Amino acid sequence: MKKVYGTAAEALDGLLHDGMLIAAGGFGLCGIPELLLQAIRDAGTKDLTFASNNAGVDDFGIGILLQTKQVKKMISSYVGENAEFMRQYLSGELELEFNPQGTLAERMRAGGCGIPGFYTKTGVGTIIAEGKEHKDFDGETYILERGIVADLSIVKAWKADDTGNLVFRKTARNFNPPAAMCGRICVVEVEEIVPRGALDPDSIHLPGIYVHRIVQGDHEKRIEQRTVRKKEEA
Amino acid sequence: MPWDRNQMAERAAKELDDGMYVNLGIGIPTLVANYVGDKDITLQSENGMLGMGPFPIEGEEDPDLINAGKQTITELARTSYFDSAASFGMIRGGKIAAAILGAMEVSEKGDLANWMIPGKLVKGMGGAMDLVAGVGRVIVVMDHTSKHGESKVLKECTLPLTGKGVVDLIITNLCVLDVTHNGLHIVELADGVTREEVIAATEAKLV
Repeated sequence: MKKVYGTAAEALDGLLHDGMLIAAGGFGLCGIPELLLQAIRDAGTKDLTFASNNAGVDDFGIGILLQTKQVKKMISSYVGENAEFMRQYLSGELELEFNPQGTLAERMRAGGCGIPGFYTKTGVGTIIAEGKEHKDFDGETYILERGIVADLSIVKAWKADDTGNLVFRKTARNFNPPAAMCGRICVVEVEEIVPRGALDPDSIHLPGIYVHRIVQGDHEKRIEQRTVRKKEEA
Repeated sequence: MPWDRNQMAERAAKELDDGMYVNLGIGIPTLVANYVGDKDITLQSENGMLGMGPFPIEGEEDPDLINAGKQTITELARTSYFDSAASFGMIRGGKIAAAILGAMEVSEKGDLANWMIPGKLVKGMGGAMDLVAGVGRVIVVMDHTSKHGESKVLKECTLPLTGKGVVDLIITNLCVLDVTHNGLHIVELADGVTREEVIAATEAKLV
């Protein structure tokens, strides 16, 4: 079965519908599926729920879908850096479900691994625990969190082979593997598609079983906080 | 003289032992890295990295290499990368020896509030709830009082909690407080700061 598609729009063809739940990889603007997000904006799909650690900035990442009001709800751990997000949230146009970052990552991983729920200490005694099942194990209290299974996963990797084996680069890996795992269908955008056999099988970060469609493209890879030191300090 | 930001960071660095894996929060905690000296400390960045290096030299920034504060950083010879689920697996699993974090309020029972002020803009807890619930030791570094002079060391936190009974040590500009089962215990005073001054600036009970 052919997994490689020519454009982001082609890679998403037939997969988008209003009201769907999409899991997206990325941390801040690092390792986000920027081309697939642009294609979703162009497709005009509405009432989307995104499980994504962040919501981009005003003109990049998920922020571009907030500008076009295509997003109904965000499941995120941190949503600063985005004025339009805050405006829509405060006016009640946008729903927001805060998840602790590790709980969100594990909800995705668990969902992809056939685990419908797991117990965690994270959030016990806080508003995150309200309404959730509490259970003691070995004298400690834990809360039940649910696995996430998304209608679609959109992720960004560095390299793929044509079978969908993926390699990520540095901290751009972040939420991409768990997001990829939790989708019923996973579409990946990469910087480079390499021939079968070009990736070391021992160095593959995510096996192609999780990947259904692949598209190669040029990435802007915007930096959110450019911090440097002077050469003489080095 | 109360400690300044750098002196608080320097004091916090004394809590770190050779061989520790440590997570540093944003703000004063970030400065702790400047004071670890010869100790072999590995810094974790919860977006998926162990062995976090300094900021890059101008022109060598890599958009694929950032810390949890979204700042560009560098890697070291010891660096490893992993995904967010693995990253919080090591946090939740107690593999990270210590986290040094800022705070808005801490209670005498070790409750921590550092993510939300009701009625004000809420940006989210990020990884703070996972860190305080999971790591071996939670060290808070913060000013002892607010800009308005109100104690940030309280009998009970007034703000929504990040974690309940999670703080082990509090380092403020005035002193170092150990969180014990009996309450807060002054273990050190900043140079020239008296016990009476600390008591006057603290709403919580000191034992």
